Amino acid sequence: MERPELEEKVRKVLAENLGRDFEEVTLEARLEEDLDADSLDLVEAVLALEEELGVKIPEEEMESIKTVREAVDLVSAKIEGGE
Amino acid sequence: MTGRGVRAGSSRQTEEASVRRSERTPRRERVVALVTGASRGIGRATAVALAGDGFAVACNYRGDDAGAKETVRGVEDAGGVAAAFRADIADENQVQEMLREIKEWSGAPLVLVNNAGVLRDGLTVKYPLHEFERVLRTNLSGAFLCARETLPAMLKARWGRVVNVSSAAGIRGNAGQAAYSASKAGVIGLTQSLAKEYGSRGITANAVCPGFVETTMTEDFIDKHRDRLIEQIPAGRIGAPEEVAGVIRFLTSEEASYVNGAVIAVDGGTTA
Repeated sequence: MERPELEEKVRKVLAENLGRDFEEVTLEARLEEDLDADSLDLVEAVLALEEELGVKIPEEEMESIKTVREAVDLVSAKIEGGE
Repeated sequence: MTGRGVRAGSSRQTEEASVRRSERTPRRERVVALVTGASRGIGRATAVALAGDGFAVACNYRGDDAGAKETVRGVEDAGGVAAAFRADIADENQVQEMLREIKEWSGAPLVLVNNAGVLRDGLTVKYPLHEFERVLRTNLSGAFLCARETLPAMLKARWGRVVNVSSAAGIRGNAGQAAYSASKAGVIGLTQSLAKEYGSRGITANAVCPGFVETTMTEDFIDKHRDRLIEQIPAGRIGAPEEVAGVIRFLTSEEASYVNGAVIAVDGGTTA
């Protein structure tokens, strides 16, 4: 999957799961501070990303995601790594 | 009855999620309920009760093929839907494999009854560590594993029910039951934490604490001490599995939607 396509997909999944408009979920947006996500919201978003994109994101790595861009980076690395 | 809870979700997300699901697969008529340890006793009675409420019941068992088949037959004879799934809930891989099979059979469970348990009595000073750990592994870790593996689907549906079968021995200690009692007290802690973690998502987690109930797990003990036991029970008798199953059935229903994190003794008054 090309980067722009992946970015759009991750932003879409996050927007749906966090109850936000797609435009609000910019790459720079911080999940907790800007998008009001609490820990359960994040877990749900990660579950949705896993399902949509067929990747597995372990708990330790999940905690390192602070921004939308970091979520895209992590998912991208997982897809390339064939995980 | 079944499915109503799933459709009742009011958030936009829920509606969108259910539309997406129904585009992929035909709407499932029955919500799936997983009952662990369903080859006998309280598990079997619970499978029959939940099937009576319209759930498709996945009957987990570890070794007793014949017992599991009898449970399924009991459900079917009453006009319900059930199937048996073999797995040792103390084993992570087996739990995951079982859930894959259940999903294929009729969808991911939105109701989980953690009933499977083992019992080995003995005084602490002579009790082997490996036995202590085995009891905890099945009764507590097994309940945790089944919850962990079923919660994602409940979160997605914005509806779910977890009922953990603890014990009167989880509320009060019992001489000779340090392992069992510790595991069942742990189940209460697990239940109440789940209640707080997922209460905002339409998912409830409650514990029932049976006292002495006539099942194969307890029959030797009950037979040996019947008179002395009955003296401690205000009801003046041993309970029947159906009397526990009725409470579990209530907790999985829409009527119990505001009951969350509750610890309900079903013991004829023993722990009162």
